[in-house]
Amino acid sequence: MAESVLRLEDVTMQFGGVVALNNLSMEVNKGEIVALIGPNGAGKTTAFNAITGVYEPTNGAIYFMDELLVENYPKEKMKKLYAGENNGKYTKSVVKTPDVITKAGMARTFQNIRLWPSMTVFENVLVAKHLRRTSNLFSATFRGNRKEEARQREEVAELLRIVGLDDVQDELSTSLPYGKQRRLEIARALATNPKLLLLDEPAAGMNPQETDELTEFIGQIRNDFDMTILLIEHHMNLVMGISDRIYVLDFGRLISSGTPDVVQSDQKVIDAYLGVADEDA
Amino acid sequence: MIEKKKGSKANLIFALGLVVLVFVLEQLLPSSSMLLTVIKKSAIYALAAVSMNLLNGFTGLFSLGQAGFMMIGAYAYAILNVPTDQRAAVYQYFDGGIIQFSITEGISSVLGNVAGLIIGVLLSLVVAGLVAAVFAYLIGLPVLRFRGDYLAVATLGFAEIIRAFFQWDKLGPITNGSNLLRKFTNLADFNIKNSTGQVIINLSTTILVLIVAACIMIIAMMINSTYGRSFKAIRDDETAAEAMGINLAKHKMTSFVVSAFFAGIAGALLAMYQTTVQAAPFKTAMTYEILLIVVIGGIGSLSGSCISAFIFVGASEWWLRFLDEEKYNILNTHILRSGFRKVVFSVIIMIIVLFFRKGIMGENELNIAGFGRWLKRLFTGKKKPAIETEAK
Repeated sequence: MAESVLRLEDVTMQFGGVVALNNLSMEVNKGEIVALIGPNGAGKTTAFNAITGVYEPTNGAIYFMDELLVENYPKEKMKKLYAGENNGKYTKSVVKTPDVITKAGMARTFQNIRLWPSMTVFENVLVAKHLRRTSNLFSATFRGNRKEEARQREEVAELLRIVGLDDVQDELSTSLPYGKQRRLEIARALATNPKLLLLDEPAAGMNPQETDELTEFIGQIRNDFDMTILLIEHHMNLVMGISDRIYVLDFGRLISSGTPDVVQSDQKVIDAYLGVADEDA
Repeated sequence: MIEKKKGSKANLIFALGLVVLVFVLEQLLPSSSMLLTVIKKSAIYALAAVSMNLLNGFTGLFSLGQAGFMMIGAYAYAILNVPTDQRAAVYQYFDGGIIQFSITEGISSVLGNVAGLIIGVLLSLVVAGLVAAVFAYLIGLPVLRFRGDYLAVATLGFAEIIRAFFQWDKLGPITNGSNLLRKFTNLADFNIKNSTGQVIINLSTTILVLIVAACIMIIAMMINSTYGRSFKAIRDDETAAEAMGINLAKHKMTSFVVSAFFAGIAGALLAMYQTTVQAAPFKTAMTYEILLIVVIGGIGSLSGSCISAFIFVGASEWWLRFLDEEKYNILNTHILRSGFRKVVFSVIIMIIVLFFRKGIMGENELNIAGFGRWLKRLFTGKKKPAIETEAK
């Protein structure tokens, strides 16, 4: 059996009366590229935020490398409001902040690029190495971490060479063209040495040529870094061309899953995207 | 990389040169010289401004508690350094107070006067910083959950409360209530005297400038370390910083506590310079002065803070003094009178804020090697070598 990297069990995310995610269960195995798709407002980004710790799920559990990462159950205000079906199944509350989850080995990019604008390309990636430091404030200030610093700088230079940004490494991150900013954001995520890379709409706002380059780039990352990737995307060309498996969300519910071929021919998916003919009309 | 190292070496030599210059000036000028006063006060304000810049400029936490932390440092230093035989006189309304030792005195009795003075004062400064840092930690626990303006208001409130608290009569045995603390070890004690008590070598300004330079250097080293970079990441984009594994609460606290530590040292140095300590002057107005120095110098530039501290103190204490004096009224206009200095000063500040939006230095640091090249170009009349413009 394939080695499980990420497993979601009945993850429900409720904001007051709105159920943004409803009993989402899914699995990402080692070496796979898995896509999460769905119409606007289906809950894709909510799922991402629940996985990466931006939100605490209302109910459900998330396992990372077969270890419990996050578990929560409806309590306090949510206790009465909870609309899901698995009430009482989960009894622990294990909640982690995004930085802890990133440290555990999950790194993400953002739908709207979030680079650090006052820093150069090189520094942007170098800061992502901060979480793997062994130095403390004193040893870092008084340069007791020279070796570590030098090693990190080498790793960053190597990484930039692999992703093809070494020629612009001293430029301000925000002065790069859009496509390269995306690439830099992915490189920054890779610098944290993740086991799982989460890409939130990596092709958003890209033209077809840039999208093709990105598709190639994502494939290259999987091969070069032996990476497992979970991505949200609207560009169907990219999704169908690159994904091993696809999960389809609609109104917070999982409506279909499987290989690109299976999903593409699933009537439920077609209905969700194109709408169902009104019976009464 | 290599060039960067060369640059920092040049800067270090420049800083040492400044210290030597101060030393020479101090020997040549009378101790009442206005220049020396301005140098001393601006050195202290520079340290306070740099510590505030670490927080406001580099970590993006808009805090207005600097005067409060300076006051804590000043008090901690003064309380721990009043000689035991003077305590009865200083704490005259509180039966000599409850603390009956002086750090400098204690160490001097073991190590001799010179070593005791140096080690004792340095140790007291560190203790003063640590006390301020402990207060900062306790305040930071609830307050650092706030962002932006809310944090500013909360820290401002803290500074006001702590000032009132230190003046509280019940704390009199420790803080001397609202009375002056005095007679503690001060800067003049560093002057080398001969047997008749005459000063042979003046060191009070030099030692102050040295301590300030060392503190600022430590802050600069921290900002250039991996921690400093992650502070900047938090300032630039908190969400991205957290997603890249930077623990926001911990790093904000680190920055807050370190900033308070150096503000505490600045406060202690201010106490040494003034030779007396009282809670009253550590008002929000002082925080605003320091904030003004940070803004004029450039938010995110340490050398900018130092330069603007000198300009600010010089202008407010010295260069604009003539505006207050009626005797300079040439045309009998009576414009120049007491207080007019402040009007002019405000106008100058408004002009600076209007035309130098990012302060004197912006986010750049003073680079002596670069400055040298600029001078060379100025004199040889050569144009700046064309560099690629940052294409957007």
